[in-house]
Amino acid sequence: MPKIAFWQGNMGIAMGAIAAGCRFFGGYPITPSTEIAEAMAEELPRLGGKFIQMEDEIAGIAAAIGASIAGVKSMTATSGPGFSLKQENLGLAYMAEIPLVVVDVMRGGPSTGLPTKISQQDVMQARWGSHGDHGTIAYAPSSVQECYEITVEAFNMAERFRQPVLIMNDEVLGHMREKVIVPEDDSLVLVDRKRPTVSPDEFVPYRADEQDDIPPMAGMGDGYRWHVTGLTHNDWGFPTNNAAEIEKKMLRLMRKIDRFRDDIVKYDTESVKDADVLVLSYGSVARTALSAVRMARKKGIKVGHFRPVTLWPFPDKELETIASRVKTILVPELNCGQMVLEVERVVGKERVVRQNLVNGELFKPAEILSKIEEVA
Amino acid sequence: MPREEVMKWLRARFFPHIWCPGCGHGVIMHALLRSLTALDKKPEETVIASGIGCSSRMPGYINACTVHTTHGRSLGFATGIKLAKPELTVIDVMGDGDCTAIGGNHFIHACRRNIGITAIVMNNNIYGMTGGQASPTTPPGAKATTAPYGAIDPPFDICNLAAGAGATYVARATIAQPAMCEQYIKKGIQHKGFSVIEIVTHCHTQFGRKNKRSSPVDNLNFFKQASVAKAKADQMSPEELVGKIITGEFVNKDIPEYTEQYDKLIAKVRG
Ligand SMILES: Cc1ncc(C[n+]2csc(CCOP(=O)(O)OP(=O)(O)O)c2C)c(N)n1
Ligand code: SF4
Repeated sequence: MPKIAFWQGNMGIAMGAIAAGCRFFGGYPITPSTEIAEAMAEELPRLGGKFIQMEDEIAGIAAAIGASIAGVKSMTATSGPGFSLKQENLGLAYMAEIPLVVVDVMRGGPSTGLPTKISQQDVMQARWGSHGDHGTIAYAPSSVQECYEITVEAFNMAERFRQPVLIMNDEVLGHMREKVIVPEDDSLVLVDRKRPTVSPDEFVPYRADEQDDIPPMAGMGDGYRWHVTGLTHNDWGFPTNNAAEIEKKMLRLMRKIDRFRDDIVKYDTESVKDADVLVLSYGSVARTALSAVRMARKKGIKVGHFRPVTLWPFPDKELETIASRVKTILVPELNCGQMVLEVERVVGKERVVRQNLVNGELFKPAEILSKIEEVA
Repeated sequence: MPREEVMKWLRARFFPHIWCPGCGHGVIMHALLRSLTALDKKPEETVIASGIGCSSRMPGYINACTVHTTHGRSLGFATGIKLAKPELTVIDVMGDGDCTAIGGNHFIHACRRNIGITAIVMNNNIYGMTGGQASPTTPPGAKATTAPYGAIDPPFDICNLAAGAGATYVARATIAQPAMCEQYIKKGIQHKGFSVIEIVTHCHTQFGRKNKRSSPVDNLNFFKQASVAKAKADQMSPEELVGKIITGEFVNKDIPEYTEQYDKLIAKVRG
């Protein structure tokens, strides 16, 4: 029987991680993400897993990557300033292809900003925050139920694609309590990283399988010896300056995500069939925007809603199809205009209207409603 | 030529190495490999982590489970590996800059936590890889590209730092005493808890060139002449010890190791 729980979004993420098989957490306290660390500190030892509070966020993600290298599914969670600190080691996990889930519970920035207030100011940092090119998988959940489910999916993607996967939660959803239907553990589909099938002597640690561009990964201590490095490396995992080897690695890093983009992209729509106006929003804002859309429908305005669940990869093809039928696309965001740049990339600037709020508050449905009325 | 058992630990495929001919880092790698073979360690159960620097390139050449991470952060990675799989032997090799500048905070916390990792700090008093900038162990008055008129910053004493932060085995040797290096590394690996072995070495290319020790032999001679065993140093005045390198064991104590403590915690929680 599925269980009914009443959780905060942050708890939903922690419990989703446990259900996904996460058995290691390395982190450092920061509002508004701390409840995730606290929940993991309580839950993991009960399951024989390990929680460690490190000396800072840099070490928190380092320890989580280390545990993953040792073969254990692992996670770290943080917020704005801590997300900035994690960027360098996040890059190492992209380069060395180490599965990992990283949660950022967004608060207002820049700098220390607004520790206890919501924003969506880190969504571009999720894509471009760590230096160098790499594919990005980043989710923005909108309900506590989704916090739970998305976290399971994030682990599955991290394991499948051998790279970090980001969950971009926000302060309001992180702290909001809601009913969650918790599925039974054995009803969940869980993915584990592909292990080598060859003997240790034949193991070439970064030789990718042709069918998916992903190299099988051995856990350290499993009888295989291999070299992990953040330097650009060849199939042997050894640093290279050879142009062909560099290009091979870089293009594969991008391709392993691009090829399977359709398996990753997730989005949600409501009332889009006959819509003249399309509202595009994500995270906590999508909850407000949806009620505004429903209110506008009652008033007879033909408006629909599009919600990217994966911010990265952005559901561009899907948006393009739906947007081709609408006059105006309204993009309410709690930043000075970030995901709207993706929307404009897909549909052009002419039909896009921005609505931005950076005062630490969440939009009220009436505010989005009046904007819908204005542009309809 | 290294012995055959030692050669088995090398990744011949990854040679030639990047080190300058005569660099002291090779002496330390040899001492580490002799220690691992003497202790009968299995390469597939031995993790060697490092940060960034000439010294930190060492793990690439060792045919074990090796993890070359980010500058100063290797102890965080090593901590995650050790905590996830306590049965592994985990060694972390770092340069003086890697360990005590950018990695200083991670270093003192690893010492405090007393997790079963052996840290080998390869102290050449300079940033070798980036071309000879001052490090937190550059002696006052010594020249570096970023201290062209001589360093004025007071340096760290790595062993004092480690002892003060709570490391439970702390020793220092120089590369002029390879047997002592091996002995301390072996003891560090056998020690339960966080061990720190500082090995004073040289970067003749960057430090030596600017400070009248431009050949490897100059440096070995300097180490021989400047080293003082701890027992003797204990009898000397601070003035007499200026410019000396005190070698020996500074700390060797038994307090509970972190991963063992964690396992006890799990057992308690699970009743
Ligand atoms: C975040 C970051 N900052 C700076 C560097 C550049 N860097 C590479 S190695 C190094 C210093 C290495 O010195 P040390 O640890 O003493 O090792 P050595 O090369 O002397 O063996 C620096 C500053 C880097 N790679 N990463
Ligand atoms: S630059 Fe210095 S530390 Fe680096 S390999 Fe050469 S001698 Fe060794």
